[in-house]
Amino acid sequence: MQTRQRRPSRDKIDDDLELSMVCHRPEGLEQLEAQTNFNKKELQVLYRGFKNECPSGVVNEETFKQIYSQFFPHGDASTYAHYLFNAFDSSHNGSIKFEDFVTALSILLRGTTTEKLQWTFNLYDINRDGYINKEEMTDIVKAIYDMMGRFTYPALKTDTPKQHVDAFFQKMDKNRDGVVTLDEFILSCQEDENIMRSLQLFENVI
Amino acid sequence: MAAGVATWLPFARAAAVGWLPLAKKTMPKPPIDKKSRNDEILFVNVSGLRFQTWKNTLDRYPDTLLGSSEKEFFYNEDTQEYFFDRDPEMFRHILNFYRTGKLHYPRQECIQAFDEELAFYGIVPDIIGDCCMEEYRDRKKENQERLAEDTEAEMATDTPLPPHSTPRERLWRAFENPHTSTMALVFYYVTGFFIAVSVIANVVETVPCRPLKGSKKDLPCGEKYSLAFFCMDTACVLIFTFEYLMRLFAAPSRCKFMRSVMSVIDVVAIMPYYIGLVMPENEDVSGAFVTLRVFRVFRIFKFSRHSQGLRILGYTLKSCASELGFLLFSLTMAIIIFATVMFYAEKGTKGTNFTSIPASFWYTIVTMTTLGYGDMVPNTIAGKIFGSICSLSGVLVIALPVPVIVSNFSRIYHQNQRADKMRAQQKVRLARIRLAKKGTTNAFLHYKEEGGFQDRDSDNALCLKNRSSFEHQHHHLLHCLEKTTNHEFTDELTFSEMCMTESVGYRTSRSTSISSQQGVSTSCCPRRAKRRAIRLANSTVSVSRGSVQELDTLQVHKTSVGPQSRSSLNARTEDLKLNCDDRDFTAAIISIPTPPANTPDESLPPSPAIPGILRNSRSTSFTHETVKISSL
Repeated sequence: MQTRQRRPSRDKIDDDLELSMVCHRPEGLEQLEAQTNFNKKELQVLYRGFKNECPSGVVNEETFKQIYSQFFPHGDASTYAHYLFNAFDSSHNGSIKFEDFVTALSILLRGTTTEKLQWTFNLYDINRDGYINKEEMTDIVKAIYDMMGRFTYPALKTDTPKQHVDAFFQKMDKNRDGVVTLDEFILSCQEDENIMRSLQLFENVI
Repeated sequence: MAAGVATWLPFARAAAVGWLPLAKKTMPKPPIDKKSRNDEILFVNVSGLRFQTWKNTLDRYPDTLLGSSEKEFFYNEDTQEYFFDRDPEMFRHILNFYRTGKLHYPRQECIQAFDEELAFYGIVPDIIGDCCMEEYRDRKKENQERLAEDTEAEMATDTPLPPHSTPRERLWRAFENPHTSTMALVFYYVTGFFIAVSVIANVVETVPCRPLKGSKKDLPCGEKYSLAFFCMDTACVLIFTFEYLMRLFAAPSRCKFMRSVMSVIDVVAIMPYYIGLVMPENEDVSGAFVTLRVFRVFRIFKFSRHSQGLRILGYTLKSCASELGFLLFSLTMAIIIFATVMFYAEKGTKGTNFTSIPASFWYTIVTMTTLGYGDMVPNTIAGKIFGSICSLSGVLVIALPVPVIVSNFSRIYHQNQRADKMRAQQKVRLARIRLAKKGTTNAFLHYKEEGGFQDRDSDNALCLKNRSSFEHQHHHLLHCLEKTTNHEFTDELTFSEMCMTESVGYRTSRSTSISSQQGVSTSCCPRRAKRRAIRLANSTVSVSRGSVQELDTLQVHKTSVGPQSRSSLNARTEDLKLNCDDRDFTAAIISIPTPPANTPDESLPPSPAIPGILRNSRSTSFTHETVKISSL
């Protein structure tokens, strides 16, 4: 099966209209199996669920935000979902196809530690310049705290995100230049036992 | 959460890897899913139609039958599928709910059938999708209204009076449902007649009659024959007052009655007369008195008790109150606007009729309702233009709410018709049910009479009529009950006769053809039972007149032991009294249908007549206490 998009350009028409016309079919099962770490059965299950939710074969950001927000009813998950969406959308065209979906899942669940950390770095690096600076990190951390909502114990103070970011940079920024590069990031994470242990926990999610 | 969201959960959990570097603590261990991860196809056989679906699909809604372990009860090991003996057409929709997360209501199905299927599969109707929710709600409301009407119709008018009703309750019932007794019907027609007479008298007394001798002026008949009219008026008012007081006395809730519309109309109809009696004859007050006489015309509204159509009209107007209100409001707005415009348009004209804006109201109303008396006419061009606009818009404004009122009237009218039809159908249905019940009762009794209880040898078996295995088992069950309670089943006729004869204190001894049973003779009733039984007999007398009722349950507890006998009835009467110990006679009789053949209207005759009565009864008799159960 080839990738077929009937209306390729997204500039011409509305997003909604485009999605209703676009019918994206993923590459063949064998190809996906080769590209990812899933076997055929798992891919089938994943695709069935995906296709059920998105018959058109793509997810746009609005839908993604809605879906993700349903898991976090206490707070506002839209900001973090936005960053997450960008991390998933590897081709940066505003919609997640099944391949993107499954590739990212493959990394997160079946990838090596380095790959996972690399993915996380990409998530934090909002502008994709290869460096995480304090503003980006603050945005991410604020978005995460937003998901918690108002009613937390202990109560959230206004500078909690900032403190968290400072602690993060303290740990990650080895050369104290105010930004975190990929190598610093991976190195620092590998030194931290907690993180390493936690990374192993998520392998059985599917 | 919606079903589809469950699909995305693994992905959301995977994305949690993104939090790890920020986390200060270790992540908790994930839950271990012991179930097999492999998705399998399940087969669901619904009355022969085979459906297949992924197990995951069904697992999306774990609190329904198909999503929980409850479906294991329906698993057929031999065919390796889940078998449901339900409607396959409906199942399609149920399964689609699992697949798409939206429940749709099929429009051609009965709403109750659909509800039952949902209840069976454990699906709450609230999740019906928006596309079908409105239709579902409408149909459901309509259905519920219809059911409420049915139960109302059942409980209403034609239900039998409870046997121990006070005269007050009987009176109220006679007033509310005149066709239940002749007296009430007569009263109903008499009051109707007098209402008519009163209204006609009111009308006629204003007609000019030939003047008295020696006077040229025409006199209204009311003044010429004032005495006659006064007498007629008095008679009518007396009747109305009497009726009102009777109703007030009989009403179960006096306050509620006094607040009801009909009672207010009654009061308004008769008040002017009394006020007129009380007021002095001077000229100043008589002006007000004349106004009060206008209220006598309200007597015509008393006809609404007699006419259902009038009541329907009243209900319609009440239910269309909002539409009428809107009509009124919009008319008022339009009148004010046009009156103002016309006034200013016609202001310049000399000698115009449009002297002020309120004066123009009359013109506007007459024009908008297209009456056009012509007593006020615009003269200027501007006035004529606005006048024409006024008449055109009047037609529109009035035509708009009318269809709503008409449709309301039609709906209420049809509801009423349906209620009447329901009542008629109900009678037929009840009769049929009763017939069926009687059939089963009699089946058992015939079975007993034909010696079914005897040892079944080949000869007897041939005599017995052919019965289905269901009947066999049913009769066995009834037999067990008889053995348990040490009482026997009998039929109504025999029991009613027995009841009557016992009320005079004589025992009826009846022997069955079933000689094998250890018999106990019926004991006579002790005095207190006698009193109860007499009241019983009397109540059955009064109640059975003309009304058909259901026999519910009847229990007769007697634990007397006496010699078994097949004696004839006469012989027993003498030594009947000997066994009058304290017996407990509890008769929970509700009523007896269609007057028993020998129901006397007066109190039961003394002993010499009893044997005669008993002789006329059926020859088959029972030695046992008898228990009548008619709810078979």
